[in-house]
This record gives sequence, C-alpha cells and structure tokens, in this order.
Amino acid sequence: MGTIDQTLAANAHLITPTRLTGAEIVWATLVGEGVKDVFGYPGGAILPVYDALRKFPIHHVLVRHEQGASHMADGYARASGKVGVAIATSGPGATNLVTGVATAMLDSIPIVCITGNVSSKILGTDAFQEVDITGITLPVTKHNFLVNRAEDIAPAIRSAFQIAVSGRPGPVLVDITKDAQQGTAIFDFAAAKPRPYRPHPMLRVEDSGLAQAAELIRNAKRPIILAGHGVSESGAMEQVRTLAERAQIPVALTLLGLGNFPASHPLNMGMMGMHGEAWVNHAIQEADLLIACGMRFDDRVTGSTSTYSLKSKKIHIEVDPAEVNKNIKIDVALIGDLREVLEQLLPRVSSRDGADWIKTIETSKGAVAVRDIKNLPDSGHLYAAHVIHDIWRITGGNAIVVTDVGQHQMWEAQYFHHEHPRSLITSGGLGTMGFALPAAIGAKFACPGKEVWVVAGDGGFQMTAAELSTIVQEAIKINIAIINNGFLGMVRQWQQFFYESNYEATPLVSPDFVKLADAHGIAGRAVHTRAEVVDAVAEARSAPGTFLLNFLVEKEESVYPMIPAGSALHEMIRRPVKDPLVESPDDK
Amino acid sequence: MLHTFVAYVEDLPGVLTRVASLFRRLNININSLTVGRSERVGLSRLTLVCEASSEAGNRIRASLFKLENVVDVDDIAKDPAVTRELALIKVAATPSNRSQIFDLVEVFRARIVDLTSESLMIEMTGVESKIEGLIEVLREDEGRILEICRSGKMTMRRGRHISSVLKAMGAAPDEVAEPDADAAETVEEIIPTEPE
Ligand SMILES: Cc1ncc(C[n+]2csc(CCOP(=O)(O)OP(=O)(O)O)c2C)c(N)n1
Repeated sequence: MGTIDQTLAANAHLITPTRLTGAEIVWATLVGEGVKDVFGYPGGAILPVYDALRKFPIHHVLVRHEQGASHMADGYARASGKVGVAIATSGPGATNLVTGVATAMLDSIPIVCITGNVSSKILGTDAFQEVDITGITLPVTKHNFLVNRAEDIAPAIRSAFQIAVSGRPGPVLVDITKDAQQGTAIFDFAAAKPRPYRPHPMLRVEDSGLAQAAELIRNAKRPIILAGHGVSESGAMEQVRTLAERAQIPVALTLLGLGNFPASHPLNMGMMGMHGEAWVNHAIQEADLLIACGMRFDDRVTGSTSTYSLKSKKIHIEVDPAEVNKNIKIDVALIGDLREVLEQLLPRVSSRDGADWIKTIETSKGAVAVRDIKNLPDSGHLYAAHVIHDIWRITGGNAIVVTDVGQHQMWEAQYFHHEHPRSLITSGGLGTMGFALPAAIGAKFACPGKEVWVVAGDGGFQMTAAELSTIVQEAIKINIAIINNGFLGMVRQWQQFFYESNYEATPLVSPDFVKLADAHGIAGRAVHTRAEVVDAVAEARSAPGTFLLNFLVEKEESVYPMIPAGSALHEMIRRPVKDPLVESPDDK
Repeated sequence: MLHTFVAYVEDLPGVLTRVASLFRRLNININSLTVGRSERVGLSRLTLVCEASSEAGNRIRASLFKLENVVDVDDIAKDPAVTRELALIKVAATPSNRSQIFDLVEVFRARIVDLTSESLMIEMTGVESKIEGLIEVLREDEGRILEICRSGKMTMRRGRHISSVLKAMGAAPDEVAEPDADAAETVEEIIPTEPE
C-alpha cells in the first residue's frame, strides 16, 4: 500500500542517510525490513509514531484490543513465515499485548512488538500510563529492548527482526520512550545492520552422531518419525518426506506439525498425543526407534514421561539445545537446523523394508477404521466433527484454518486433513482462547488470495469478538464457523471425566452470534442440523464479505480418545462403544 | 549438586535481570553471584553458584546461551579451578581484648584493615571453607561479630584454557600474543597445581 511518493521517499531514506525524527525512523526501518502491514492501537506515548505514519508506505490495521494486535501479528507470521508487527501505546496498551506475546513465545513465532513509553526523564516514576513492559515481557520474549535515544531506534528494530527469525524464532519487543520518538538522529539503514547472527554455541552435529542415527534407522524394526512445528520453521518438508519414503517410516505429527507432512500420504499416521489417534499413541509406545524432527516432547504429546515409549531409542533433531534431554532422555542428539541436519543424514540412509511394521499399525486401527464417519446415518443431531469434516471436503482442504482453543480445536485437528504447511494456525503451547479471530485477520493480510476459516468455540469467540469491527473496517473476507455447544466445552469435558460432571462455571450464555454479526454489518446464518451444513458452508464461501456460521452442535459431546494429563500414552479414555459416533475418522 | 557457572555478558542495563530471571523461573536459589569487568571491553564476567540437579546443568547452560546478551558460558563444577571469596568482617574489640583477635587473624592469614577503639575490620580472601572457619571461631564469643560482608565466589579455570566462543571472538585487546602456537589450550593439558 501507500502512494508512489511515500514509497519513493521511504526508499530514498534507505539509501541516503537522512536526519529524521525517531518516530520517522521507526517507520523507515520497518519499510527497510520489508514490512507492508502493521497491527496496532494508538495512545499518548506512541502518538509521535502515529503522526509520522502518513509519510510511509505501510498499511496500519486498527485493532479493537491490543491482544488482537499481537495475535494478528502472530497469525500473519504463521501464515507467511515473515515477521508480524504489532504496535501499542505505553501502560495498558502494552500490557494488553502480553497474552499475544506469550502465545508467540510458546509456539516460537517471529513477531516484533513496538510500544511507546513515557519520556526517559520520568522513567521509573510511576508516571501516567507508565509500565515496565520490558520487565513484564522479559520471560515471554526472546529478547526485548528499552530505547531512549532516537539514534538507537533503527539498530534496535533491526536487531529485533534478526532475533525474531533466527535460530528458534520468537517474539521481540522494542519499547521506545516518547522523547526518543520526538528526538532526531541521522537515519542510516545500512549502518544500523545488526552484528552477524551468532548461532547457539551448543549446536552440535557430529559425524559420529549422524553415523549412529543412520545405524539406528538401518536396524530399526518399528521406527516412527515424530514431526513437529520445526519442520515448517526450517523448511524441511521435502527432507522429512524423503526420509520417510526412503526408509519406509511412518510419520506421526504434533498439533503444530499438522500440514508439515501431507495428510493424504500413505505413511502419515496422524496426530499424536492427548487427543491423538489411538493407533498412533499405541505405535509410539511399541516403537523401537523414534526420530523426533523439530518437536519438543511437550507434556501434551508424551503423557507421563516415565512411561513414554520405553522400548525405543530416540534420535532428536532440534535447533534449540535447551530442548534436548529436557523431558525425554535422548540417545542420539543432532542439534542444529532440521533441514541442514537431514540433508547431512539422508545420504547415509538407504532404502529399507518397513512393510511389517506399517501393516501392524494398519491392523491396530481395527474397529476405528471401519466405523467411518461418512457412513454413519444422520441422527438428526449436529456434531462438530461433521461440521469440520464438511468444511474440509467442501474447501478441498485448500484453506487456512485458524482455530481457537478447546474441543473444536481438537476436532479440527482430527477431522480436517491438512496437506500443506501453514494451513493450520492454532495456539498450541499457550492454548490461548480468543486467538482465532484476530490471528485469522493477520493470516488474511499475509495471504490475501487464500480462503481463511475461523473455527472457534462460543466461549473463545467472545473473548476477542470485538475484532469483527476490524474486519469490517478493513473490508476483508474470512469465513467464521462458531462451534456453539453452550459450554466451555473442553473444561466441561474435564469436569465430566475427572470432577463427577460438576459443571461449575462452564454453562455459557451467549449472544445470538448471527445478530451480533449483523450489528457489525456481517452476514451470517445459524445451522441446526447436519443436513444444512453443506449448503451453509457453500453460502459462506460464496458470500462477498465475511460470513459467520453459528453451528448449534450437541452440547455434551466429548473429544475422544483422551489421555488424562499425566497418564501413560496408552491409557486412553475411549468413546463408550454404544455411542453412535466414531472416535476417529479414516477417510483421508 | 553445586553448579558454578562462569559467564561473559554484555555490560548493559538489565542483563543481570535476564540472567537472574532464568534461575528465578526454575525456582533455583542463587547461592552467590559476583560480577565485574573482564579482560574484554564491554563484557562483564560473572560467577554464579547454585544448587541444581546434575542433569539441569546442561540445560541451564543452554538456556543462558539463549539470552541475547550472554556471550559465553562455562559450567566448571568438576573441572580444576581456583576459587576465591573475599570477606570483610567487623568485630567488636577494645584495646584490652584486641590481641586475641590479632592472633586469630595471623593464624588464618587474614588482615586487619581498620581499627577503632571499639571495633576492628578483618579482610580475608580464601576458599569458602576457610572464611567460614574464621567466622566460626569469631562466633565462639557471643556478640563479637558486628557485620559480615562476603563477595561470593569467583572462579577461574586453572592453566591456559580458552573457550571456543572466546577463541572465535579473537584475542582480547590487551591480551599478549601467543608465544607458542601449540601451547596447551585444553583442559586436559593444564599443568596441575596444588589443590586447595
Ligand atoms: C484465555 C484462556 N482462558 C481459559 C482457558 C482454559 N480453557 C481451555 S479450553 C476452554 C473452553 C473453551 O470453550 P469454548 O471456547 O466454548 O470451546 P469448546 O471447548 O466448547 O470447543 C477453557 C476455558 C484457556 N485455554 N484460555
């Protein structure tokens, strides 16, 4: 965006060092870093920066709550692989960003947040709207900066971009005092370049390690590849696929790994962990070799660590040395960028017959596989699984789905088959309710040509529903599916399983979401039966603008299978047999 | 087990908070922490001592390295190293009972650095156990110790040792040129010195 004049002026600044105000330097540096869109909310301490915006070719999206800004930056980054940028004022503006920053931290998402702060002369005096945001965000950022001189702005922002994307990515916050924004300095983009990136000194890929790994793969009878978010972060989809195909090793995915290995691939087993497929978790328990690629053995994936996959040797290929041997004892650690490590490893791996093991896994699907969701007669009820499954079928899987957190998130993971990386955007590590709507807006800005779906629960949707206005103000099209069960469903499920169905504080009264959308000028439709789903999804897709579907689903449905937190991976709660629904789909 | 981390960190505001915060998050108590300038311009050197499981050491080191302002980290719990601590101890002493303390100071090879009619100040450098020994003896007289100020441990590996990180950074500005390119640079080749 931006006029030609703005673009020419901004480009000239990048080449010829010029005296600019600190506020102008903020934008000039962002232009230099290739930023086109930012998500933010103004206020007194960041006003100089907002005042300077008109001179620069950057589009600013006005959010309705700063949490929305950090989630949008996050969704932008997840969808594109580029750094997302959020801007907020001091004090409450900055603290409102924090949930989104922590969300990005836990999922290793590169975002840069810029906050204004009070003038450096009154820092630390509890001045109006002063908050120690670098102190507050210290544990939830990869790094942060407090800048109080105009000349330090460009180097800080440029370092922030470098830190955000390098090694294991993550959020970086740059807090800029008001006097720094108002002061002037020579803007020299080239000179503000950060020092060369220093790889973590404990990265270690030794020849002996590669040889050992190759040896383990050669001799394994029951190997499994565990593929995580690191696969797409490192761009190692091809390498993982080559490894799997050449050595005929089945692949299990983490929640954030979904899409990093095609769902339709015959070697794809599906998702592992708390709500993973039963046969996947059983296979992991039975395996004699786990090859962990860009995943961190999170507790939602391992269940109890003392009973986790006891028969297997473990190879861990991971970019963050602090993750190796953290939760699970590793036999061969290859600490480095996944793609680079796999490129070194692949020449040592030769083709291998995996048929027996694959057949064993296939057999273990047993009854689950034959009770295909598609073949179940319509009972008149609406199940979330059907909704998700139909969205997947009708979109041909060619959509970016952004989920919130809860049961619907797990059903999405189970019933929407992701073929491509970056096609599922979800808060895995922090599990942040309210993530979906703003993150989807960010994703749409990153990929304007893509079809974007929000899948949210009635609870989480209400946490950030104010961003509907942002959608209207920006005139963007996304499709919203609310899986409305009248409960904080996932918590209700825990209460049902572990707290004697004492549904304390989980029944939820909601507004009429279609009317709510209407009040924003957004079209919508309520869906009560399975028979209406296909038509409703088609209507949403063909509508010119954003469209909201309010799916009134079964109220007390649960996600199966489920490993209770802290239990062994094979100790799953299964769907009671008399229930008509299958526990897992098998119609890829 | 007791871990001793030696780190080079950038001499900038907030760096110590970042280091300390990592231990706070793990609910690990820092037994002692000393910080001061190093041989390298712009880099401070710190020695941090804490109690943590033996497996935690590697992860703490890896996590310290992840801090942007941390340049180098060494975990020297088991390696041969020289450790010193400085203590200033003020004790109540009048002209009539001073001489007893003078003797003690002599035995412990400490020094008197201040003397008034009612008190005197002892400076002592040594390993932790020696300083503790002196304090224990002084405590035998109730009410004698008025103040204690201890620096916390400072640690340096014995022999010529340089980490790969510092090596890659090049020589410190005032470091003398290496006399012999093949000079011992690894822990293994260190000349053993008399243990404490
Ligand atoms: C910000 C936040 N608060 C609380 C939780 C705890 N929590 C996890 S899932 C869930 C229920 C979500 O309910 P809803 O949005 O209706 O989705 P459903 O589970 O019914 O699909 C809650 C409260 C959370 N993850 N995030």
